Amino acid sequence: MHIPLDYETLRLIWWALLGVLLIGFALTDGYDLGVASLLPFVARDDEERRLTINTIAPHWEGHQVWLILGGGAIFAAWPFVYAVSFSGFYLAMFLVLASLILRPVAFKYRSKHSDPAWRARWDWALFVGGFVPALVFGVAVGNVLIGAPFSFDSDLRMTYEGSLLGLFTPFTLLTGLLSVTMLVTHGAGWLALKVEEGAVLRRARRIGSAAAIASVVLFALGGVMVAKAGMGMRLMGVVDASGPSNPLMSASAAASGAWLDNYAAHSWMVLAPALGLIGPMLALLGISTRRAWVQFAGSSLAILGTVATVGCSMFPFILPSSIDPKSSLTVWNASSSHLTLFIMLVVTIIFLPIVLAYTAWVMKVLSGRITLADVRTSPDFY
Amino acid sequence: MDMAVVELSRLQFALTAMYHFLFVPLTLGLSFMLVIMESIYVITKRPIWRVITRFWGKLFGINFVLGVATGLTMEFEFGTNWAYYSHYVGDIFGAPLAIEGLMAFFLEATMVGVMFFGWDRLSRLQHLLITLGVALGSNLSALWILIANGWMQNPVGAAFNPETMRMEVTDFAAVLFNPVAQAKFVHTVSAGYVCASTFVMGVSALYLLRGKYTNIARRSMMVAAAFGLASSLSVVVLGDESGYALTDNQKMKMASIEAMWETEEAPAAITLIGLPDMEAKTTHYAIKLPYVMGIIGTRSLTGKITGIHELVLTADARIRSGMIGYDAVQKLKGNRGDLAARATFEAHKRDIGYAMLLKRYVADPRQASEQQILKAAADTIPNVPVMFFLFRFMAAMGFAFIAYFAMAFYCASASQFSTRWFLRLAVVMIPLPWLAIEGGWVLAEIGRQPWAVDGVLPTFLGASSLTIGQIWTTIIGFTALYGTLAVIEIRLMIAMIRKGPIEHHEPTPQAGFAPLPAE
Repeated sequence: MHIPLDYETLRLIWWALLGVLLIGFALTDGYDLGVASLLPFVARDDEERRLTINTIAPHWEGHQVWLILGGGAIFAAWPFVYAVSFSGFYLAMFLVLASLILRPVAFKYRSKHSDPAWRARWDWALFVGGFVPALVFGVAVGNVLIGAPFSFDSDLRMTYEGSLLGLFTPFTLLTGLLSVTMLVTHGAGWLALKVEEGAVLRRARRIGSAAAIASVVLFALGGVMVAKAGMGMRLMGVVDASGPSNPLMSASAAASGAWLDNYAAHSWMVLAPALGLIGPMLALLGISTRRAWVQFAGSSLAILGTVATVGCSMFPFILPSSIDPKSSLTVWNASSSHLTLFIMLVVTIIFLPIVLAYTAWVMKVLSGRITLADVRTSPDFY
Repeated sequence: MDMAVVELSRLQFALTAMYHFLFVPLTLGLSFMLVIMESIYVITKRPIWRVITRFWGKLFGINFVLGVATGLTMEFEFGTNWAYYSHYVGDIFGAPLAIEGLMAFFLEATMVGVMFFGWDRLSRLQHLLITLGVALGSNLSALWILIANGWMQNPVGAAFNPETMRMEVTDFAAVLFNPVAQAKFVHTVSAGYVCASTFVMGVSALYLLRGKYTNIARRSMMVAAAFGLASSLSVVVLGDESGYALTDNQKMKMASIEAMWETEEAPAAITLIGLPDMEAKTTHYAIKLPYVMGIIGTRSLTGKITGIHELVLTADARIRSGMIGYDAVQKLKGNRGDLAARATFEAHKRDIGYAMLLKRYVADPRQASEQQILKAAADTIPNVPVMFFLFRFMAAMGFAFIAYFAMAFYCASASQFSTRWFLRLAVVMIPLPWLAIEGGWVLAEIGRQPWAVDGVLPTFLGASSLTIGQIWTTIIGFTALYGTLAVIEIRLMIAMIRKGPIEHHEPTPQAGFAPLPAE
């Protein structure tokens, strides 16, 4: 079969699509996680809680598919990354899964009984289902930046030499917290769009402001730590961008400060960290001027900028190895075959626009603010 | 490989997959039954059908969330517990999973929100289309999963690439139109429809036995009887038989289902019942029916069905051929340009998977002794007694369901479902489809052993480099979490069934069923 795009281009496209999927997940399910993390703090009584929950109840299921699709697409396009990261971060993955499993059940089951103890338990489950994944995803990204302790043998069987606790270092805790504050800002932005003026909204504005300020500080601090610690890796020798996907056939080595290389080489990439800083400030502006759309756009840009910063800093690395640099996974050595990348691109070009179209239509059908009066009367509300 | 890690990973995968599949069949079938019920509502505009649709929709929702929640585990579990498998076949196996997300999951998960929250925001027809979207989405998702699973049973359209040390796709159309996958898809979704029909029949029968909500229960039962009869015929007639002659492993699966040790003259006899003995490699007390197996298995009077002993000899020859191919791969690792090794590799690449069976006994398959080759060849026999009895159980259930739904039809026309013994039977039937379905999965997956991917990758090589402690942690964690959720789910289902279909939120309950603003 003739493939109209060369291998190198397809790998670049799939690197960008990996970013699109992560951003798609963080932008959509990100506010569901944020709202769930905010739940105990913005909503005090049962009606306020139901008001808060019902802003995301019809949407989270569709949003979670971004995560499922992310898993599937990494499996299909970057099988090495899927195999190494998921088995390497084994217990962390379990933590995320267990908390995410609580979430759907909590949504659906919470309001089936009126017993306050029953509801309080599910509210906690919702909080855990929002906060824990938000934190662990951030910690995972931090670990990707510093590299994971894995190596390959000549059959490309991977050995991982880390532990769950080893994932938590000061730097990765910082990235974890940044992930939480960013998604909480985003969740507060969603509440600003969806709930009527009242106590919930007032509290969401207050916590949202604090989270936005914290995001700016943590993002800047994270940048300083990356620079100070001299994190980074460089490819060594001749790089064959269309070569076989076999990490052992390429070479890389740790190189102090290499995560800043790309900004010197391609100055437009500075846009990404700039958005990471400006986004939360814009959200803050939206909160103080009571413009919900500005607030939501700000938190969205913050997410976009932050994920793009990680990608731009590390390119062409996807998952470096901290113990065996030559095992590091890059855009040029960790993809699936030329044909699979092409087929998956065709499928994505056909279906992603359809998905976006009906998601937008659903958003329109379910648009409008939710009020305490709705919560009291609608038979369909949780 | 640490065999304890392999066995624990298999245990965890079996637990999480079988638990996930408690919820999937009901979703597959109930979603289409909702479409049928809502279509009747849209066509007749009779409000009782709206109540019926909403009631079964609520039960659907309770079940659906657990399917979604536990499906997440499945999507990640290949990577967490089967990392080498993911590397080795991800180039082919990952694609259907990703397409499933794009084409099916997004559709069902986005639409399900509107299905529950959009009743007052959409016209009747629009809402029906949404329900149809949920049904299509969930059934398409089954299609892609079974294309993935079908490839594990019959790995077409792919070849080993020594430069990347993995299988890579050569013909994607062959993966899509894999006959094993197609047969499995029809069989699996039909089984889901039978499951949902039996569930609706049983719950409705409970209401009829107590004389409650009889209008709603009778109508629901009518839909379920019709849907169930068509589906139960489809499960058996379009069952899993086709494709058993395609590969050596599929042949082995059929031979072990039939506990057929020796190749027989065509057309072969079927063993109705007997006692297969793995040690003595024979079947005691076999009661045989002449000709039948040959006709079912090959759809002809002349086709031969190969017995287990002969298939082990084939495996033995393929292991020896694979050892030559494996040696060529090792040479190519050192020197990509070695033309002689490349030619040897091309000649023997189909059998490299067989050589890897030896890794259970010796680190380097090239050093294997005669004894070890014999052992590895014998490993290609799956657990015959389990296969033999599970298949008979599944087949018996299949015919029982046809009889049951035919009876339901008779009761509908003869007595309008007022025959009490039949209603009691309908309640007792509720758990049976689940038993047959879980049995079917065990049969399919045990039957593929020792392979993760037939002839390509032995299961024991597919596992991740994990510690026993890590896997026990997650097995205990999943068991505790899933166990708790199962208890809560069943209680909620029962509470919802007790509460019944009449909604106290309906705007004017005293006037019967309130029309929608659109009416």
